[in-house]
Amino acid sequence: MKGILKLAYRLLVNDTAKFAALLVGITFAVFLMIQMTSMFAGILSKASATIINVGAKVWVMDPAVNTPANSIPMPDYVLDAVRSISGVKYAVPLYSGVGLVRLRSGTYQAVTVLGLDDTSLFGRPELIEGNVEDIYAENGFIVVKDEEFAKLENPKLGTDFEINDNRAVVVGVARVSSSGLFGMPTLYTTFNRAIQYIPSMRYTVSYILVEPKDDAAVPFIKQEVSRLGYDALTAKEFSARTTAFYMYQTGLGINILLMTATSFLVGLSISGQTFYTFVMENLDKFGALKAIGAKGRVLVGMILFQATFSALAGYGLGVGLCALLIAIAKFRLPDYAALITFPNIGLAFVMVLLIAAVSSYTAVRKVLRIEPFDVFRT
Amino acid sequence: MAAPAIRAQGLSKWFGEGDARTYAVRDVTLETCFDEIVYIVGPSGSGKTTLLSMISGILRPDRGTVTVKGIDIWSLAKDHIADFRLNTVGFVFQDYHLFPRLNTAENVAIPLILQRRPWSEAIAEALRLLEVVGLGGRADLTPAKLSGGEQQRVAIARAIVSAPDILIFDEPTASLDGETGRRIMEFVKQNILNEHRCILVVTHDARIFEYADRVLKMEDGRITGVVSGGQAA
Repeated sequence: MKGILKLAYRLLVNDTAKFAALLVGITFAVFLMIQMTSMFAGILSKASATIINVGAKVWVMDPAVNTPANSIPMPDYVLDAVRSISGVKYAVPLYSGVGLVRLRSGTYQAVTVLGLDDTSLFGRPELIEGNVEDIYAENGFIVVKDEEFAKLENPKLGTDFEINDNRAVVVGVARVSSSGLFGMPTLYTTFNRAIQYIPSMRYTVSYILVEPKDDAAVPFIKQEVSRLGYDALTAKEFSARTTAFYMYQTGLGINILLMTATSFLVGLSISGQTFYTFVMENLDKFGALKAIGAKGRVLVGMILFQATFSALAGYGLGVGLCALLIAIAKFRLPDYAALITFPNIGLAFVMVLLIAAVSSYTAVRKVLRIEPFDVFRT
Repeated sequence: MAAPAIRAQGLSKWFGEGDARTYAVRDVTLETCFDEIVYIVGPSGSGKTTLLSMISGILRPDRGTVTVKGIDIWSLAKDHIADFRLNTVGFVFQDYHLFPRLNTAENVAIPLILQRRPWSEAIAEALRLLEVVGLGGRADLTPAKLSGGEQQRVAIARAIVSAPDILIFDEPTASLDGETGRRIMEFVKQNILNEHRCILVVTHDARIFEYADRVLKMEDGRITGVVSGGQAA
């Protein structure tokens, strides 16, 4: 079989023009498919940045909340009620809001402000400069050094600016694993300072972060929170709700899906057409092989091998090209939201196999139908 | 005369049914021996190629039997008939049907590769056969870079590389000038034919009749005469 596959390989790659056209078609399709789905994955990852960075196991929120960025404040008694639920080890409030910073240069910049529980500072980021205790100092804020950091004019420890006409001083510089979606720098401070600086409604608790005593307690906590009229979601569930929101309620998912489908069809049409032409040009030779004694399944094996080889080579090139261009884009544009994940490349792999299967289907039919007797008809 | 190689009895092939039935070959019986070149000649549509196809295991007859070395080939299963063609019959097609993207050696090695012989072994054997047909230095060239006569010899090398008992030539000189055609058939008679091999040739070309041991004349699907090659020429 090895020799027959080598024969199929030689027939394929020696036809340089067609093989190149096949590779270009599949590579282009894979590139577009992965590019599209990676952008979507990147957007979703950034949309869930707060969930990832704060790291709470269970989040309590108003049922109307769709994403971490759109919190609906809850009354303080909910915090007390959650703390009273059996199975809750501890529960702390989190404030999430948007402030307007006036920089020393006089320019204004919107920022995301996260107010951590004053006592525990649960959900605090990892500091790379300064001491976390300094957050309790007068006007103390921790600034996150991510892709948006430069928008605050690269502040250092001690740099001061105004937030909503209140003085703020940078007491720490932190790093987080994921930056936000909306291109705004992030500041951390205490819960009480946050609600003091940011104009708030009557209620101030954006989220309640819950640490259950053990994983088995989570269902009961969810049930009890539900009785209060609120939702308790695990971090994974909250991310999934965020994903569902962007996918189904913003049009983003449909647009990405359409582009992915278009890429698939482009790849399919280019490679299908090229592969069909390739087989048609060699149809009499396949007939001759049949006359010589090649069985139908051997010829089918050769065609499937050629289609699969082209598909996998194009797939590898497409993944490589996409990874390279995303890396270059991220180097030039730190905010660029694209993330290649295993599901992305898995989806592209399945689609490229579909392209190979559909492309070879018509070719296989043609080859199986040719009669060896036909080679005697010139 | 050597032992019988092929025995065809009452072979018929028709197309259509009822009043529309047309016979391509009608009740043909023939016998050929090893170490013999048999030509089948006749006008276009006389049934030469159909007869050849039935004898070589390509086209199933509607009536009659074909026995090769004592085996009734049309009683075999489909896969076994393919194996029979691969192992027992060598074909030289009118248009050669060489793969244009493969080099000469790879083209010649195809039957051995289909027999699942290792690639290197198949290529080595192909190179040896190319030496036999006088194309030892042309192994790396593609068919497009060869003359018509050279392509014909590549096709012959491919046909004999698996050492078949029966060789089938379909209009072997149709694309060649007279001198080249005669040289090819001279070569076949001197170097390819042997006591283990029988060669059947379908041709229109009277210039090469002298190389036949027997010439079967066909008309309207029947054998209408048998003469020696010398007489036919």
